[in-house]
Amino acid sequence: MDPMPPAAHTRPRFSATFDPYTISEIQRAAATGIYDIRGGGSKRRLPHFDDLLFLGASISRYPLEGYRERCGTDVVLGTRFAKTPIRLRIPVTIAGMSFGALSAQAKEALGRGATAAGTSTTTGDGGMTREERGHSKTLVYQVLPSRYGMNPDDLRAADAVEIVVGQGAKPGGGGMLLGQKISARVAEMRDLPEGIDQRSACRHPDWTGPDDLEIKIEEIREITDWEKPIYVKVGASRPYYDTALAVKAGADVVVLDGMQGGTAATQEIFIEHVGLPILASIRPAVQALQDLGMHRKVQLVVSGGIRNGADVAKALALGADAVAIGTAALIALGDNDPRLEAEYEKLGTTAGAYDDWHEGRDPAGITTQDPALAARLDPVKAGRRLANYLAVLTLEAQTIARACGKSHLHNLEPEDLVALTIEAAAMARVPLAGTDWIPGRSSF
Amino acid sequence: MPVVDLAATSRRALNAMLHALPPDTNETHWQVANPEGGHAIAAGLDAPVTVEIRGHVGYYCGGMNKRATIVVDGNAGTGVAENMMSGEIRVKGDASQSAGATGRGGLLVIEGSAAARCGISMKGIDIVVKGSIGPMSAFMAQRGNLVVFGDAGETLGDSIYEARLFVRGAVKSLGADCVEKAMGAEERGLLAGLLQRAGLYGAASPDEFRLYGSARRLYHFHVDNADAY
Ligand SMILES: Cc1cc2nc3c(=O)[nH]c(=O)nc-3n(C[C@H](O)[C@H](O)[C@H](O)COP(=O)(O)O)c2cc1C
Repeated sequence: MDPMPPAAHTRPRFSATFDPYTISEIQRAAATGIYDIRGGGSKRRLPHFDDLLFLGASISRYPLEGYRERCGTDVVLGTRFAKTPIRLRIPVTIAGMSFGALSAQAKEALGRGATAAGTSTTTGDGGMTREERGHSKTLVYQVLPSRYGMNPDDLRAADAVEIVVGQGAKPGGGGMLLGQKISARVAEMRDLPEGIDQRSACRHPDWTGPDDLEIKIEEIREITDWEKPIYVKVGASRPYYDTALAVKAGADVVVLDGMQGGTAATQEIFIEHVGLPILASIRPAVQALQDLGMHRKVQLVVSGGIRNGADVAKALALGADAVAIGTAALIALGDNDPRLEAEYEKLGTTAGAYDDWHEGRDPAGITTQDPALAARLDPVKAGRRLANYLAVLTLEAQTIARACGKSHLHNLEPEDLVALTIEAAAMARVPLAGTDWIPGRSSF
Repeated sequence: MPVVDLAATSRRALNAMLHALPPDTNETHWQVANPEGGHAIAAGLDAPVTVEIRGHVGYYCGGMNKRATIVVDGNAGTGVAENMMSGEIRVKGDASQSAGATGRGGLLVIEGSAAARCGISMKGIDIVVKGSIGPMSAFMAQRGNLVVFGDAGETLGDSIYEARLFVRGAVKSLGADCVEKAMGAEERGLLAGLLQRAGLYGAASPDEFRLYGSARRLYHFHVDNADAY
């Protein structure tokens, strides 16, 4: 115990407004003249899936036997127009993360893990690599504003196409890849000079607005002979209208990414202050699909801070058809591993907080283009860890679904949920626990 | 020569026929009648054939073209030759916005004028415009060459990387980091070659053009490091 200070003195008191982190940021800004750039998603506490609970079975609801009774997990994406929809064993997909942001080894590991678990991976802002195509049974090819590496052969080699309008970490922002990561291979794939600090476009170059998007989708369907599902990915900001417009433009699948969603490199201020948490976005998106008679016909994939099987189950109960994971998949590969603590310390951080993914010095070999660091990641072992993690997510979601008496994860519904906070109740449109009250929908 | 009448055959059927052509096809010259401003006509071709389209086309004509020669005997809508990889696309009339957007190779010739964002994010394509181009052209242009006989609209070459812009007429304004550069023998030779390939050699002398490109001042984030001084 500290001795009591003399009565004449006060203890140092930190401000809630100017807390130590805020002060250090002002000092850093003054010293450098540049905003803070980092990877990952929003780090502050936000209304999230933790604010929801499942009710489970009771006298009026009948559960399924934990280990014995069937609880389906499969999902089909792209049933609306595509000749060849995507069939996945589990409703957890790997989100788009670029080669450039990630090492080729990490991309290979994602492909291996996802394929073993029966799900898909997604390219990213930087084109398709042979490592990824070679190891992913089901690969979604992103069409981004930058169009780095875009070409018709890769478009046709993909199993589905995802037009990226925005990302949850930065709705309205383009990509960033700093010079340290623009290796010769990355530069060549992107048609850029080596070593520059690359900022990619935030607007698509050849369409503006929903009517153009419809024609763009038509063109991609023509080029791929109407075989592949076309997804449209949006950052959560106006989920009702964006979902409705994507459906109107002809999307087979809508991907909705909340503000907790990770990024490879974005301004901290952007990550923390633009966009909606995923919890607030799913119901409006589902509402749009329902209003158009398209729920379960156009599939909804949601992402942004999915960590465990409860998150998966909650997202599905709110009406999503599948989820996507980015950050959690990287952690499963080996990101932020405490065994690398000494190296994180050298980088001025600690395991669990490392987010300078843009610097390319990742001791785990995941978010880097440094050949020596990248070689540290064994794609086979890392892929296996990811497959294990995906299996656990699925088992956990099934555990909850069975307890709610559901023979398929897709049978989960909002009626299985209650909220712990008024905010979460309003956002997820489920009653506050112990009440019948859905703020904004029913009176207390 | 196969003639496909889009008044009687669907665009889907036309594109499917063109996509199915083997590389050594004997059907190397196609005509398309009554395009009626349809979208994505002759998009995604990958064969050394010539497709002549008699009339106006809508968006994304010849999108992602590889190897084919496409001639539009009319005007073209948004995104003609978008992301072209190789081959040649020639528009005899005017082109709308985003002509040659993100193109990675091949040659796009526009005999009339092109609207806004011509050559946006171009990545290796060569574009020759006999008329003028609209505002925001060559925005974030990465590689390749854009030749303009007429004038260029506002903010030409904003945030440009390594593409070269040759303009004969007036430039309304240059975008961020785009500057005029001295034209040496190498650039003059390159330009002469482009004019030749576009069938416009003699239509203008390379000496009449001015060259614009990147000042490369935006290539790295500016960090002040106030305490280091
Ligand atoms: C390292 C990294 C790179 C990313 N690159 C892309 C990208 O190229 N394109 C894209 O649409 N989203 C990209 N994202 C976002 C993910 O696709 C996804 O929306 C997000 O990671 C989901 O949230 P989560 O990280 O909380 O799971 C990236 C995310 C990370 C972590």
